[in-house]
Amino acid sequence: MNIHEYQAKKLLAQYGVPVPRGGIAHSATGAIYQANELGGDKWIVKAQLHSGARGKAGGVKLCNTQKEILQFCDKHLGNNLVTHQTGPEGKMVSSIYVEEASDIAKELYFSIVLDRAIQKVTLIASTEGGMDIEQVAEETPEKISKITIDPAVGMQPFQARQLVFTLGLPNSAIAAASRAVMKCYRAFRDTDANLLEINPMILTTDNKILAIDAKMSFDANALYRRPEIFEFRDKTQEDPRETHAAEHDLNYVGLDGNIGCLINGAGLAMATMDMIQHAGGEPANFLDIGGGASAERVATSIELVLSDDNVEAILVNIFAGINRCDWVAQGIVDLLNKRDIDIPLVVRLSGTNVEKGQKILKDSGKKVTTADTLSDAAHKVVAAWKQSTGK
Amino acid sequence: MSIFINEKTPVLIQGLTGRMGSFHAQEMIEYGTNVVAGVTPGKGGTTHLDRPVFNTVKEAVAATGAEASIIFVPPAYAADGIMEAAESGIKYCVSITDGIPTHDMIRVKRYLFARAKPEDRMILTGPNCAGTISPGKAMLGIMPGHIYMQGNVGLIGRSGTLGYEAASQMKELGIGISTGVGIGGDPINGSSFVEILKHFEEDDETEAVLIIGEIGGPQEAAAAEYYQKHMSKPMAAYIAGLTAPPGRLMGHAGAIVNTSGESAAEKVEILQDAGVMVSPTPSDMGATMEKLLKGI
Repeated sequence: MNIHEYQAKKLLAQYGVPVPRGGIAHSATGAIYQANELGGDKWIVKAQLHSGARGKAGGVKLCNTQKEILQFCDKHLGNNLVTHQTGPEGKMVSSIYVEEASDIAKELYFSIVLDRAIQKVTLIASTEGGMDIEQVAEETPEKISKITIDPAVGMQPFQARQLVFTLGLPNSAIAAASRAVMKCYRAFRDTDANLLEINPMILTTDNKILAIDAKMSFDANALYRRPEIFEFRDKTQEDPRETHAAEHDLNYVGLDGNIGCLINGAGLAMATMDMIQHAGGEPANFLDIGGGASAERVATSIELVLSDDNVEAILVNIFAGINRCDWVAQGIVDLLNKRDIDIPLVVRLSGTNVEKGQKILKDSGKKVTTADTLSDAAHKVVAAWKQSTGK
Repeated sequence: MSIFINEKTPVLIQGLTGRMGSFHAQEMIEYGTNVVAGVTPGKGGTTHLDRPVFNTVKEAVAATGAEASIIFVPPAYAADGIMEAAESGIKYCVSITDGIPTHDMIRVKRYLFARAKPEDRMILTGPNCAGTISPGKAMLGIMPGHIYMQGNVGLIGRSGTLGYEAASQMKELGIGISTGVGIGGDPINGSSFVEILKHFEEDDETEAVLIIGEIGGPQEAAAAEYYQKHMSKPMAAYIAGLTAPPGRLMGHAGAIVNTSGESAAEKVEILQDAGVMVSPTPSDMGATMEKLLKGI
C-alpha cells in the first residue's frame, strides 16, 4: 500500500527524522492558511498524489507570493496530474502540501528496500541526490553505497556511520545524518514497510539534515497489525474497479484491452493474459478469484469484469485444485439466469470435478462457449470477440 | 528417487484440525501420503482422521518420527509455525499459507540459516505455494494429485495453478514428473529455483527440469546462471507476465516489476542466453519439454 508524501513525512517525524515544517490543505483557502501559519516569504507547494516524478510534471513549485499558491491550487487541486509513473490518465491531486522552503547546500539520495536477491533489508545512499537512482546505478555505480541489515539484531549505529561517511558530508553533520538514518530504519522496521525513499535528503546551508521528499510503501499482508498505517489509505488514488474488487477480496488489476478475464491463481492469470495477446487480443484486466471460490464469488467476479465498459468478450479459465469446477459452472449459470450477457463468453474448466462442471454448463442451455485447453480458450475468445465487434 | 518426499516419508500436519488442514489432510492420505500425526496447540491427546494430535511439533516428532511437515496456519501465526518445525527437527517443510508478512519471512530465513549447519538445516518451500508432490508416492500439498503422472521431469514453479497446467500438458503427452515443487509467489520464499535445482541435479530419477517463473525478483536470472555453470541436465522454462504492466502487483506479493531485469521479456532473454529452452506460450510448456527430452 502506498501513502502520500505528507503522510510519510508525518510518520518519519514521529520517529525523529528531521523534515521541513509544513501543513496539508484540501482547498486553496487551506493552502493560504498553511502558508500564513508557516510564515516567511517563500514556500514549496507540492501536489499530493501516489506517484514519483511530480517535480518534472509541474506538481512541485516554489512560490514567492500567496497569489502563486492560489494559482497552483486552482490548476491542480481535484485535477489529474500526469507523471511518467502514472500512465496517460494521471492520478488525482487530492491535496496540496505547503512547506517552508529550505536552503540546499548538498542533495543526497537515501532509501531502504527489501533486497530480494539476498532476502534482507538493505540501505542505499548516494551523493547523487535528486537523480533517478537506477540511472546512477547504471552510469556511476561507484557513487552508490549499500549496507545490509542482519534481521536478528537490526541496524547498528556503526552501519549508519559507515553509510554516512561515504556521502562527503562535513564532519559537523555526520552525527545528525547518522541519527536520521537510524531513525528511518526504525520507522521502516516498525511499520512493516517495504520501501522508504528520501530523494533528496539534503544538507542545508546551515549544516542541518532534512528529508525533502519522502516515499513509503507498506506490505499489504501486514496491514492487519498496522492499523495506523491502514488509516493512511486514500481511495482517490486507486482505480475504482480495483477498490471495488478489493471489497470482495478479489485481486483485480485494470488494463487497457477488450477481453475481460477471470482466472484462479495469479500465475495462471498472467499466463492467460499472455495467451490472449498471443492469440491476437488484448486483456482488459488481471483477475485472480483465488482458491475455494463459491458460485456466488464467481458471479460477483463476472459482474466486476463486466463493469468495465471496454470489455467486449469474457474468458473464464479455471484449473481447479482447491476450487471445484462445478461451483464455478454454477456461478456462471446463476448469473446468466439473473441477467443476460450480450458479449461472447468462453469458459475453460479443468481439474477437480471438471465433468460435473461441464455438465452444468451444458444442461443450462445458456449461450456459453466451452474450451478444453488454455490455447483453445484464448483462440476461441479472440475469434468470438473479432466476430462480434468486427475488429 | 524423487526429491524431498516419497511414499515412506512420515508426514506431520500443522493445523490438522482446522477446516483447510482437515480437507487437504484427507486428500493427502487418500493419495497415499504417510501422514503420521497432526499438531494443534490445545488439542493434544485427541485423534483426528485416525491420526494422533499433539500440542507441539517437538512432541509429535518424538512420538512419531515425523520428518516432513506441511503448515496450514493463518498468516499471522505461520512464521511461528515454520520456526517451530525447524526447531523440532523437521527436515522438509511446506508452507501453504498465503499472506505471511514479508518482515516475518526475513526473520524466518535468518532463523533457519543461523541455527543449523547446512546439512542439518530444514528445507522450507513456500510460503504461498501449492506444495510438493512426488507423483505416485506422496503429496504434501493442495494440488489435484490425479493430474500428475509419475516420471522423470523435475518441475519447479512459483505459481500453483500454472504448475497444474504444466503437469496436465505433460501428462497429455505421456511425460511424467519425478517431483513437482511449488516455491511460492512471495517476495521472500523459503527456497529459490536454484536451491531446488541442486536437488534435481543430484536426483537419479530426474532427467530434465522445467521451471515456471514470472515477473518480479531475481530468482529466474539466478537459475539461468546456475544452469549454465553447474547443471548437466537439460532445462526448459516458461515465464508468465509478458503483458503485465510495470510497477503493478499482479496477485502474488512477489509478482511486480520494480527494477531492470524483473520483467518477463528480460527473464526470457536471460534464460535463452544461458541455453535454457523457453516455452513461447503457457500452452506450449508440455510440447517444449517433449522437444527437450527428444534432444537427450
